[in-house]
Amino acid sequence: MAAVGVAGLLLFGVAMVMRRLLAPVSANPVRLTTYESGVDPVGSHWAQTQVRYLGFAFLYVIFAVDAVYLFPWATVLRDADLGAASLAEMGIFIAVLLVGLVHAARRGLLRWLP
Amino acid sequence: MVDLSWFDVVLRAVIVLVGFLTMPLLVGQTEHKVMAHMQGRLGPMYAGGFHGWAQLIADGVKFTQKEDIVPAAADRGAFRWAPAVALVSYLLALAAVPFSPSMVGADVPGSLLLVLAVSGIGTVGTLMAGWSSGNKYSLIGAMRSAAQLVSYELPLILASASFAMAAGTLSLTGIAHAWTPVWLIWQLPGALVFLVAATAELQRPPFDMPVADSELVMGPYTEYTGLRFAFFLLSEYAGIVVMSLLFAVLYLGGWTGPFDDALGWLWTLLKGFLVAVVIIWMRVSWPRLREDQLQRFAWLGLVPVALLQLAITAVGVVLTA
Repeated sequence: MAAVGVAGLLLFGVAMVMRRLLAPVSANPVRLTTYESGVDPVGSHWAQTQVRYLGFAFLYVIFAVDAVYLFPWATVLRDADLGAASLAEMGIFIAVLLVGLVHAARRGLLRWLP
Repeated sequence: MVDLSWFDVVLRAVIVLVGFLTMPLLVGQTEHKVMAHMQGRLGPMYAGGFHGWAQLIADGVKFTQKEDIVPAAADRGAFRWAPAVALVSYLLALAAVPFSPSMVGADVPGSLLLVLAVSGIGTVGTLMAGWSSGNKYSLIGAMRSAAQLVSYELPLILASASFAMAAGTLSLTGIAHAWTPVWLIWQLPGALVFLVAATAELQRPPFDMPVADSELVMGPYTEYTGLRFAFFLLSEYAGIVVMSLLFAVLYLGGWTGPFDDALGWLWTLLKGFLVAVVIIWMRVSWPRLREDQLQRFAWLGLVPVALLQLAITAVGVVLTA
């Protein structure tokens, strides 16, 4: 696995060396300006933006924790002692999350908020 | 897990690298041709002579000869390394996908988890690109791709967990071993969720809001030129390859097929290629979703279906165990 990672970095490195050998470099400083559809850039380069998906991000964190428990559960589901009991427990766990999702949907959280 | 000599390790890494460099080109050329014929055009016909087979190689040579520009406003370090992050993550994912029980780049016990984890890092490359560009188009594009990751990673993971539960193992080889034709029916909802969520993860049309060319030019990649831009394209197509092969291994039984003792890897490849064609087909067939529709669809469509699939799988496994 590590070898594959090294191979990938080597690919990137070698390609960049090739590019340096082959590609031209222009002296015109205009090429370094920020692209804004051909007009001069308006305002600062670092614009502020509103993160409108904060609600989705919170929901994601909650469900991601749920997913963390799902994978170990997948391997013990066939166990004769744990199987049926764990099924009931996970059923309750996911049902609670589902109630939360339905609540969020009903309260209008799953819209793209203005 | 067997101990490998250093020669074996290098050989495997080189084979994975060669596969990584050829399969995306194959998918890309197929996309050129399939899209063209679906739209009543010919597509590339000139380069290489026979039906333009060398078009993408010519493109690669062209990209190498273009000037590499790092804008004055950009954060140099992050800007220059973002393509490498995107590229290497999909390379690592490809290494862990088995083509046949014996043919796998790196045999890892929990390979399903590993593939899902490293292919998620690909999006970090996109985020780095958008944030470091110092460009408003790029920033909005990166924000949109973050939103998309947040929404579609979840159905993808839930659907994968369903396959893992049905097989009782987290190893891709083990999952493909446990596969039976019955899976085609009782895992169908999960498979559809997986396919849609994977397409969205790759930011392929109709889920390509982050790079929507009519409003954001090229989204996070707007400021990139030459080879660095080409590497983003390569990693997008490598992502298609990884997700298609993953779908083939999880849901289509991987190497299962006639003569699979000798030709197993060919079956995996063929099935994965078929899935890639379906992903291309989706691009031609549907218009782009609006950003808010995109989010609603994930949370109110895919997540409930994936949870339903989990319930079906869990009850089915416990009843038949």
